[in-house]
Amino acid sequence: MKRTEKSMAGWYFLTVVLVIYAISFFINKDVVFNGLKYVIKLFEKIIPIFVLIYVLLVLINYFVKPKHLAKHLGEGSGVKGWLIAIVAGILSSGPIYMWYPLLNELQKHGVKNGLIAAFLYNRAVKPALLPLIIYYFGLKFTVVLTVVMIGVSVIQGKIIDKFVVEVK
Amino acid sequence: MENAKLKEVMIKSAKSLYNSLPVLVGVILLIGLANAAIPKHYYGMLFSKNPIIDSFIGSGIGSVLAGNPVTSYILGGEFLKQGISLVAVTSFMVAWVTVGVVQYPAEAILLGKKFTFYRNVSAFFLAIVVAIITVAVVSLI
Repeated sequence: MKRTEKSMAGWYFLTVVLVIYAISFFINKDVVFNGLKYVIKLFEKIIPIFVLIYVLLVLINYFVKPKHLAKHLGEGSGVKGWLIAIVAGILSSGPIYMWYPLLNELQKHGVKNGLIAAFLYNRAVKPALLPLIIYYFGLKFTVVLTVVMIGVSVIQGKIIDKFVVEVK
Repeated sequence: MENAKLKEVMIKSAKSLYNSLPVLVGVILLIGLANAAIPKHYYGMLFSKNPIIDSFIGSGIGSVLAGNPVTSYILGGEFLKQGISLVAVTSFMVAWVTVGVVQYPAEAILLGKKFTFYRNVSAFFLAIVVAIITVAVVSLI
């Protein structure tokens, strides 16, 4: 595999994290061991998500042509684009960082940055967790918060579209 | 399905995920260390009991912490019991799920530095805006 600056950046990042772990080990071993226990639990939870992301990547690369995606989720995608980003964000599961590889692929296929931001913002709206937030904060608060967050996700998407013209 | 094309696509997708692997592993390790190093109940002490300052503090704490949103609801409930304003608690919970300081390097590597900067900075301030609007509307209805 060709080693690009970008692919090496990930390895540099991992090296820095491992150095932080090594330093922490000398400061407080318990923190490192407890951290690693948490990491193992996290890995057990995210492996199925990782498989799901791989399947989605294969399906997108196989069936979806860049011009097709650009038409529905690129510049000029309009209200339909925002609705797709919002619904996909709400329905997506797992930790936010697991979705970065797939979103990176979508960026390359011409999906608008604002829609990617809206997708990420709407990951905060989780139907499965609504009963819990209702239990703690009440139904009225939960409904208003959910509606406001969905609306604000579009505002954030517009901000990103205005300021970020980065093409990866 | 064309077998040759499918094989090619499967390899391409695997390479794409492989390139992201060190970033994802790094973020997961950082989250683990941050969770073990800082007991979460200490964060309640950072609030000042001034609703305006606290909404910024709430958004700041929510930005730094990472993990399951369920934890943010439980912590938010505890903060409310400590007398911290609903605006501050709401901005804390919204920032928890929309801003990611721990995963910032991973996002920047995979989605672009400029995108990540603007997304996280705007999400920090929008968490406060969401909190103010939500609490205002709830108190009106």
